[in-house]
Amino acid sequence: MTPVLFWALKGALFLLAVAMLCALARLLLGPSAQDRVMALDCLYINGMLMVLVLGIVYASSVYFEPAMLIALFGFVGTSALAKFLLRGEVIE
Amino acid sequence: MSGASMPWWAEWLTALLVLVGAAFAAIGSFGLVRLPTFFRRIHAPTLGSTLGVWAISLATIVYFSVQGSQLFLHAVLIAFFVALTAPVTTIFLMRAALFRERQKGGDVPPPAHGPHRPPRVDDEGTETPSNR
Repeated sequence: MTPVLFWALKGALFLLAVAMLCALARLLLGPSAQDRVMALDCLYINGMLMVLVLGIVYASSVYFEPAMLIALFGFVGTSALAKFLLRGEVIE
Repeated sequence: MSGASMPWWAEWLTALLVLVGAAFAAIGSFGLVRLPTFFRRIHAPTLGSTLGVWAISLATIVYFSVQGSQLFLHAVLIAFFVALTAPVTTIFLMRAALFRERQKGGDVPPPAHGPHRPPRVDDEGTETPSNR
């Protein structure tokens, strides 16, 4: 691995960590419940991107299934929370 | 770290795509902190969930295709899945936020009960609060 790719991967991991911290700040600060749900969705997407980048760092394609699962559970969780905010119940 | 035998253009392309995708995700998440109201904030993370996901998926495709010397398309699955689900969750969340804001009496547009959409009526004959 050349220094270019090495430092690009380090920089990408740093940027994604900053992005996750921003989403975490909104998750903790968010004035309303929908702000927190949106921040959680953003946190899920950033974490999935970080897992994909780690797959390149370790040159291992095992990391795809966790990324897929994170995307899937992020979708399910955000939908359930939005449904809860809308109706007060998840399953009616 | 077994990527020593890759051609230089593949490494440069992977590096560029990874950096661009991570930068988009960071900008989108920073907008989440920076913008003042919820209805402006909801636009920001879509930057990370569209361009960020596509760029990093393309980077993994390029890297593993060149490294394994065969086409590796699993990452497209993730990009397609996120492209399908991100609008669904955004619309769902937006409708929930509008509903809650109307219940609070906030300054949002009223429900669109036009002549083509009569208000929904439940079993007891009372009008239910619609979320449109």
